[in-house]
Amino acid sequence: MKVSSLKSRSHKLMDPAEQISILNTYSPVMCTLPRFGQLLEQSGLFPLKPSGIDIFQMNLGYMCNMTCRHCHVDAGPDRKEMMSRENLEHCIHAIDQIDAKTVDLTGGAPEMHPDFRWFVSQISKSGREIIVRSNLTILVTNPKYRSFPDFFKEHKLNVTCSLPFYNKFTTDKQRGVGTYDRSVEALKVLNEKGFGIEGTGLKLNLVYNPAGAFLPADQKALEADFKNNLRRKHGIEFNELFTITNLPISRYLEYLLESENLDTYMQKLVEAYNPSAAANVMCRNTLSISWDGKLYDCDFNQMLEIPVDAADSAHIRDFNPELLMKRSVRINQHCFGCTAGAGSSCGGATT
Amino acid sequence: MSQSYYDPKDLKKFGDIAEFEPELAEKFFSYYGSVFAEGELTAREKALIALAVAHAVQCPYCIDAYTETSLEKGANEAQMMEAVHVACAIRGGASLVHGVQMMNKAKKIGM
Repeated sequence: MKVSSLKSRSHKLMDPAEQISILNTYSPVMCTLPRFGQLLEQSGLFPLKPSGIDIFQMNLGYMCNMTCRHCHVDAGPDRKEMMSRENLEHCIHAIDQIDAKTVDLTGGAPEMHPDFRWFVSQISKSGREIIVRSNLTILVTNPKYRSFPDFFKEHKLNVTCSLPFYNKFTTDKQRGVGTYDRSVEALKVLNEKGFGIEGTGLKLNLVYNPAGAFLPADQKALEADFKNNLRRKHGIEFNELFTITNLPISRYLEYLLESENLDTYMQKLVEAYNPSAAANVMCRNTLSISWDGKLYDCDFNQMLEIPVDAADSAHIRDFNPELLMKRSVRINQHCFGCTAGAGSSCGGATT
Repeated sequence: MSQSYYDPKDLKKFGDIAEFEPELAEKFFSYYGSVFAEGELTAREKALIALAVAHAVQCPYCIDAYTETSLEKGANEAQMMEAVHVACAIRGGASLVHGVQMMNKAKKIGM
């Protein structure tokens, strides 16, 4: 099935207010499900307070060479939003200010940002982890991007890649025809450069999202399956597998609605609410910066345009870590995605 | 009353069997939980066995439940279909192997 961005189709779901309304009132089930805040309250976590800014996560833009069916960003080749040089400079300043230990670069395809190399060179330093969230295919699609693995190596980036399964059928169903073969090709290149190979110190992690309306498998068990199968089938090595639950927003929300899975999926998330996962949600130690410099509690709130609850530090140019530490995390019904089962974050399971 | 013998909503009511007889229900569900706990077989292996058996006993509740469980334990579609073929092969084989009995009898009473 050919997928295009919601925006390119002027689909009503491109409006975050519409998405939030669906999550709260779409059906009798959605109206009667407990509210996320109620369960947080029962867990003694309301209002949800930050624990620090350990992960400085920047969304460099929504442009992507791919158009995956489950994309919560609604990314695609038609998306032109890109972080300006000015906002990148504000980010450099903020990263210096807090001496960020982890900078997490996402998109879209972050490699497609024309200032990607410049920016990484500016913030790269010993002891700082820089994560690049790569879709893999970009590294082998266009000759222009084939030199990126060498650049990643030069700056010892932690390469964290999407691969929903160790087979073609499931991978291509979620991410488009041909994705699996190109991902395998890219993983082999990354292995050749030393990523994922023991002793090199070069990290290659994989991200698993369920290709459908169900929860991810146990992270450790699935990691073992991925390792055995990728090694056996292709001789591919990697470090860790992160399981991420799909949050019911954007194109994944469209899929849930079209497949009539929304009610049961939301019920499943709510029934699987785990207080330990709630205590460890990533929004407590992450700050998300959008292409236009606005600050959010996480990438999902960014897509729903729910800004940080800190009016005087709501843009990267006004970055004030003290004010941000005093804020409460903004929540809504989509947050159930991060607290279901073993929990979910950009770094995988949280329990 | 529903006009169908099978209603997907009834799967969620499985636990309600305790209403008529709590003690045996408690024992069954406790045993059931232990059976599916990770042991020498992984949770995924057990889910795939359950999926195959569900097809052999043709229980629509079990098929729904263990399709979802298999996916959530990290099985993929091809593995799940292979499990169904195992059930099919055993069912088919179980019929066919009786052909030997038929042959035995036919040879005994035939010339």
